[in-house]
Amino acid sequence: MHAVFLVCGLIAVAFVLLITVYLIASGLPAIMQVGLGNFLFGAVWEPTATTREPSFGILPFLLTSIYGTAGAVVLGVPLGFFTAVFLAKAAPPKLAAVVRGAVELLAGIPSVVYGLVGMLVLVPLLREAFRLPAGDSLLAAMLVLAVMILPSIISVAETALRAVPREYEEASLALGATEIETYFRVTAPAAKSGIAAAVVLGVGRAIGEAMAVLMVAGNVANMPSLLTSVKFLTTAIASEMSYAAVGSLQRQALFSIGLVLFLFIMLINALLNLLLKRGGKGGRG
Amino acid sequence: MNKKHLLAFFTATVLLLTLAGCTGTKEPGESNMPSATVAGTVNTDGSTSMEKVVKALGEAFSTEYPSVTVNYNGSGSGAGVESVLNGSTDLGLASRSLKEEETASGAVAHVVALDGVVIVVNPENTVSDLTVEQIAGIYTGEIKNWSEVGGADMAIAAYGREAGSGTRSAFEEIVGIKDACRYANEYSSTGDVIGAVSNNPNAIGYASLAAVNDTVKALKVGGVACTEETVRSGEYAIQRPFVIITKEDVTLSTAAEAFLSYALSAEAAPVITAAGVVPANG
Repeated sequence: MHAVFLVCGLIAVAFVLLITVYLIASGLPAIMQVGLGNFLFGAVWEPTATTREPSFGILPFLLTSIYGTAGAVVLGVPLGFFTAVFLAKAAPPKLAAVVRGAVELLAGIPSVVYGLVGMLVLVPLLREAFRLPAGDSLLAAMLVLAVMILPSIISVAETALRAVPREYEEASLALGATEIETYFRVTAPAAKSGIAAAVVLGVGRAIGEAMAVLMVAGNVANMPSLLTSVKFLTTAIASEMSYAAVGSLQRQALFSIGLVLFLFIMLINALLNLLLKRGGKGGRG
Repeated sequence: MNKKHLLAFFTATVLLLTLAGCTGTKEPGESNMPSATVAGTVNTDGSTSMEKVVKALGEAFSTEYPSVTVNYNGSGSGAGVESVLNGSTDLGLASRSLKEEETASGAVAHVVALDGVVIVVNPENTVSDLTVEQIAGIYTGEIKNWSEVGGADMAIAAYGREAGSGTRSAFEEIVGIKDACRYANEYSSTGDVIGAVSNNPNAIGYASLAAVNDTVKALKVGGVACTEETVRSGEYAIQRPFVIITKEDVTLSTAAEAFLSYALSAEAAPVITAAGVVPANG
């Protein structure tokens, strides 16, 4: 029986290895050809230009992914954190059950549905609010991503807040602090590594999202600014792969973008693991 | 057991006889062969925009000539002409007319189909006619408001396709703004462009003729509406030919010959229409 478990475990490892090796093997040639500096820091992405030299700079995608994720976190984390505090500490049990149910539902909505609603509601709204020719923009993507990362932030942060020993809060209250002071001065700091983990989890989800972003961001390889159409690392791959000629440098460069994205997410996962490990220690101490 | 042996023997005999039959009838110089005797592989190489048409033609052709395989390799129009001239492929594919130096080195074009690119706007838009220059101005960002081309006072959102799209390269090439476009948004399919244009009153987009529907308004270009007739007659400006290329004085294999004449026949017209372009013959 042990052998079966071992095999199952090894299959997962094998897939990770396979994907890693494949991505590196197919992502490196284009980077070698374009040059790492030109690839990562080139500001112009024109893979199919014929009247001038094609250029393969992914800086617009990198910055867009970073800004978009940061924007989603800036918008989503406060909202998620306060919701978590509300659920863990302040809400009457019946209301908390309703809110928690809604949050779980939000987590279950497929990303294409977020994209669809964003495309049909949010994008026209932004167009009219800011008098833009088209509402597809970095801002639209940030807003959609912010909503998408809410459920994971809320549930992880709530768990972290609940894990804080009751005695801490009782001590604080006994010393004359109000409930609000207790939550923000005592409970939140005690749960900080768990909350940080929630944020990193949100970052991970936001940076890897492709479908919803593809539908609201406009997908032009512009340098990012809030109200223009932008292209993320993920959407660059998703939108150009289907027509990139087999064997062309464009196709290889798309694999390289995949490699960059992969390394990015690995980094975030490593950070997450580190935080969770520290959180575990802190909880016991 | 015995039955199985018998069956195997029988099958083998039939196979042998069939093979013998094939080689026996394949005599040189025989034209107008019945479909069953044409066998082999036809290699086509070139334009990526023609992938859909050539594959559709290949499939339809193979149902009639089951022993012929039509291969497609998408390397681009230039490379397609090049490979037929140096003999590395049977038939070249180009989604443009041949250049002078190409015809000079012996390339012969056979027009299979015509592809019209329709300029579409939102149905609310009052503009109904643009010149090619105005379209170029809009897509390069010189014209930013619909009032500059006779419409309402609205900003223009120029929608297009992603880098690598055949429609995009065709549009930019014909309008003369290759690599000079400043798109508001890019979409990865023709359907997305149509959908996005139908949702935004400021938008302008382009799409293949076959994909255009009622949710958007097709503009006239220089006073000519894009229809099958105007594309075929050449009146509609934003169009390009899909051509199959052969080399002068080079005898094609029987399979390639049969495929070429099929592609140019009236019989292939419905297949070409189904693939989204206007058949040039029939």
